[in-house]
Amino acid sequence: MNPLNVDIAVIGGGPAGLAAAVAAKEKGTSVLIIERDFELGGILPQCIHNGFGLHIFDEELTGPEFAQRYINHVEELQIPTKLNTMVLDISPDKEITAVNKTEGILRIKATAIILAMGCRERTRHNILVPGSRPAGIYPAGLAQRLVNIEGYMPGKHFVILGSGDIGMIMARRLTLEGAKVEAVVEVLPYPSGLIRNQVQCLRDFGIPLILEHTVTHVHGQNRVEGVTIAKVDQKWRPIPGTEKFFKCDTLLVSVGLIPENELSRSAGVALDPRTRGPVVTNYLETNVPGIFACGNVLQVHDLVDNVAAEGTRAGEIAANYITKKIEEVRRINSIPGENVGYIVPQVISSAAFSSEITFFMRSKQPQKNVYVEFLINGNRIYRKFSRFALPSEMIKIVLPPLKGLTQEISDLTVNIIPKPKGGEQSG
Amino acid sequence: MSNLAEPEKKIIVCIGCPNGCEIEITKTDGTFTLEGNECKKGEEYAIEEFSNPKRILTTTIQVKNGILPLIPVRSDKPLPKGKLFDCMQYLSALKIDAPLKMGQILVENILDLGVNIIASRNLDPNQ
Repeated sequence: MNPLNVDIAVIGGGPAGLAAAVAAKEKGTSVLIIERDFELGGILPQCIHNGFGLHIFDEELTGPEFAQRYINHVEELQIPTKLNTMVLDISPDKEITAVNKTEGILRIKATAIILAMGCRERTRHNILVPGSRPAGIYPAGLAQRLVNIEGYMPGKHFVILGSGDIGMIMARRLTLEGAKVEAVVEVLPYPSGLIRNQVQCLRDFGIPLILEHTVTHVHGQNRVEGVTIAKVDQKWRPIPGTEKFFKCDTLLVSVGLIPENELSRSAGVALDPRTRGPVVTNYLETNVPGIFACGNVLQVHDLVDNVAAEGTRAGEIAANYITKKIEEVRRINSIPGENVGYIVPQVISSAAFSSEITFFMRSKQPQKNVYVEFLINGNRIYRKFSRFALPSEMIKIVLPPLKGLTQEISDLTVNIIPKPKGGEQSG
Repeated sequence: MSNLAEPEKKIIVCIGCPNGCEIEITKTDGTFTLEGNECKKGEEYAIEEFSNPKRILTTTIQVKNGILPLIPVRSDKPLPKGKLFDCMQYLSALKIDAPLKMGQILVENILDLGVNIIASRNLDPNQ
């Protein structure tokens, strides 16, 4: 069987993949999008709430509208798309094995591959909620799909574990559809989603947000009959005597997302244990030359605008890779220092420091009034003030071009440190 | 004194930035006093939220003969917060035919609120 040849294969037709495909096609390369669902858009068609697009389109769109704009663009550019097609394997020499109902097994040989597979939800089992295993326990995103795409209500009476944005948005959605949401329960001492969602999804409907608590037991044999929650100590251990029982028929868990990198592994792509996504250079290139990554498969973003922007960049860079190979130069690791959970990119080409480099990171702990500081070989080369460093809000810093750097760069460390009170230090 | 309104008081959480200031707003005889906001943006937000809170409504409407059983929809402008459930009730009774186009008006001037309900995506007919 002769493989199909393309310049760039994009794995996944969500916002990252769509944006990447559009950007690569606009630069004149041949592009193929491979998508396992029956339509393009990824998770966006089920995210029917508004709040998308403020950065890219300068207006507030719903998820389906945001997706539709990119889908329209893909159609205008006549970018070939294989729907209902599951990629089974990517080899390190960039041959893709995929399968669909009409063509059977497909082989696609690409000069460059853009990984844009997105992420999946953590489930009850990832966080080890004790109790029996009755019907009525759903990841929040699955419940969102049932309600918004398929037209089923997964229950009538809910408790939601986890105060991420999806959990809070589902609390509102279920309430509007006539269900009773008893509470949103969060193990951390602060909510993990946006303030706006706390106000417009919970406060608007009088849904309590119970912090520093977790579900300690799920009751019911065939169907959920209720949950017990308890206050936790600083190590998230339930405190005896603080238990409370909530009657409910459904428990939603909104406890985080995991980048979906099984295919990346088969291609020999190295992963970062912090992000659970590929280790990439400042060109979004993985350790396998010609394989790029963008969107939630690389790092779980807060905003789809950032996903699409990263996709656009990956598409442009992959197109450059096709026309003229990216120069292979000495690579420097970026090291997450004080109060930094992770940094992307993890690897920077030494030549890149002469132009600006965009870094994304998350803090480990919430902090107010901080400096994000960059150290090269232990010396501070740049710092930026930020009023907030919250784990729930990704921090983006553009490092300006470094001029007059005489010494050889051995490493780059990033710290998030409190701004000293009072006098301003020079620096 | 008898024709003076009683002071009204509300606590409003500002959504302007991650600080999330809790603003105590009191209206006495047409004038506002605010406490707790760290910036001017919070003042404007709190007065608007106090006087006339509005929200964009996003939900779904049932579809006949479509590739999917539902179409996601939204209000084209924010509508009064207190009318959200009335609109939900009204929309739950509808069933509309595919095909549908993004931006198409599905309900004009819902409940006389001066707001239209529009489709959030294209939806093809089933075959």
